[in-house]
Amino acid sequence: MKFVDEFREPGLIGKASDEIRRLADPARHYRFMEVCGGHTHAIYRFGLKDLLPPNLELVHGPGCPVCVLPMGRIDDGLSMAQDPNVIFTAFGDMMRVPGTHGSPLEHKARGMDVRIIYSPSDALKLAQKNPDKHVMFFAIGFETTAPSTALTLMRAKEQGIRNFSVFSNHVTIIPAIRAILDSPDMRIDAFIGPGHVSTVIGCRPYEWIARNEHKPIVVSGFEPVDVLQSIVMILQQLKAGEAKVENQYKRVVPWEGSRPALRAMAEVFELRPYFEWRGMGFISQSALRIRDTYAHWDAEQRFQVPGIRVTDPKAAQCGEVLKGVLKPVQCKLFGKECTPERPVGALMVSSEGSCAAYYNYEHRKSAVLTSIGA
Amino acid sequence: MCLAIPAKIVELFPEEQNRALVEVVGVRRHIDTGLLADDPPKTGDWVLIHVGFAMSKISEEQALDQIQTLTMLGEQEAAMQEVEGYGLGET
Repeated sequence: MKFVDEFREPGLIGKASDEIRRLADPARHYRFMEVCGGHTHAIYRFGLKDLLPPNLELVHGPGCPVCVLPMGRIDDGLSMAQDPNVIFTAFGDMMRVPGTHGSPLEHKARGMDVRIIYSPSDALKLAQKNPDKHVMFFAIGFETTAPSTALTLMRAKEQGIRNFSVFSNHVTIIPAIRAILDSPDMRIDAFIGPGHVSTVIGCRPYEWIARNEHKPIVVSGFEPVDVLQSIVMILQQLKAGEAKVENQYKRVVPWEGSRPALRAMAEVFELRPYFEWRGMGFISQSALRIRDTYAHWDAEQRFQVPGIRVTDPKAAQCGEVLKGVLKPVQCKLFGKECTPERPVGALMVSSEGSCAAYYNYEHRKSAVLTSIGA
Repeated sequence: MCLAIPAKIVELFPEEQNRALVEVVGVRRHIDTGLLADDPPKTGDWVLIHVGFAMSKISEEQALDQIQTLTMLGEQEAAMQEVEGYGLGET
């Protein structure tokens, strides 16, 4: 009950929820994908699903960088840090993610020099403070995070800090959406577009989704009312027979994105021909590697990378969940072999993964619903 | 992972054009403003920060809304921890 008092504008929530029910055709089944893991988290946290009519289903997309990272890349990163001269740095999100022989934290317990950092700049600073060591930053993230890594590498080069490198696992969101749309069993009607990724890339990169695939996409903020408004905007488009890119998160997302952020990314990164996504397989031009002009700071060029490949257990149906063919709970392993404590599949790995979010929050039957009397 | 934290710029450094001192609910930390190079922030402006970098400018009203969203998401503590974790120079 306390829950709803915290909502900034409970009235708006009720209104948006009513509008969704008014616009949704009861004869139709809708599947909307929220691309971003932040939205997935918000949808479960606020119990928004229960404010929607039963024929409107939210499918949780691939926008969780920790979830889509193949285990082999974690093994590769950790293998580079076997050298006692290397300090392994990564964001806190990465620390509990299992590799074949344990997570970075478990490696730390066995004596590896593993440090949590909160900003790539901190890794660079650590390199300055430890001139006799090599500091490697295990970089993950979509376009929200990649510009910060890029600027950090530019600073390293400008300042001549040479005992620093980045193991780039940065990925890009558009090819993942394309892979989902290209899948023969794809069943998505529209997309709730990522908010903070779009701060960087803007709204133009989504235009092909509307133009070629005839599916609406609405870039959305993270407040409950933002997500609900975005659903209203999608339903309005579907009702009018339209497919457009719209920006619900105008207060933060400029249509053209951020030029300085895109410049930094272009200076430092280039597209890899292909990259493996956990649960989705290989996707062409879907990840960023470091350009040769920054080779000295590229961990993949400085170290021997074993190129370890670990296939997900066949029984894990992450790919089907990602495409909206199955709900998390319909996977054979969900809640049994695969739990947030011992994840088998990609989507159970981070709290932003759809299976972990479902596992952690689904029992919390929406207090929102009761308290606003919807 | 892609969540961003609202912060208020409290000090800029003319000799270091990409550095700013920000305040996030009482905690002060240095951040990098290089990603706002085309429209640099001024003292008193609000920005969204992500992994120690300012990503975009926002209004004060939006900033306060975002702080409330983070609180509701139960992420405020994580956000504070992140900001406190920035070792970019403490005050």
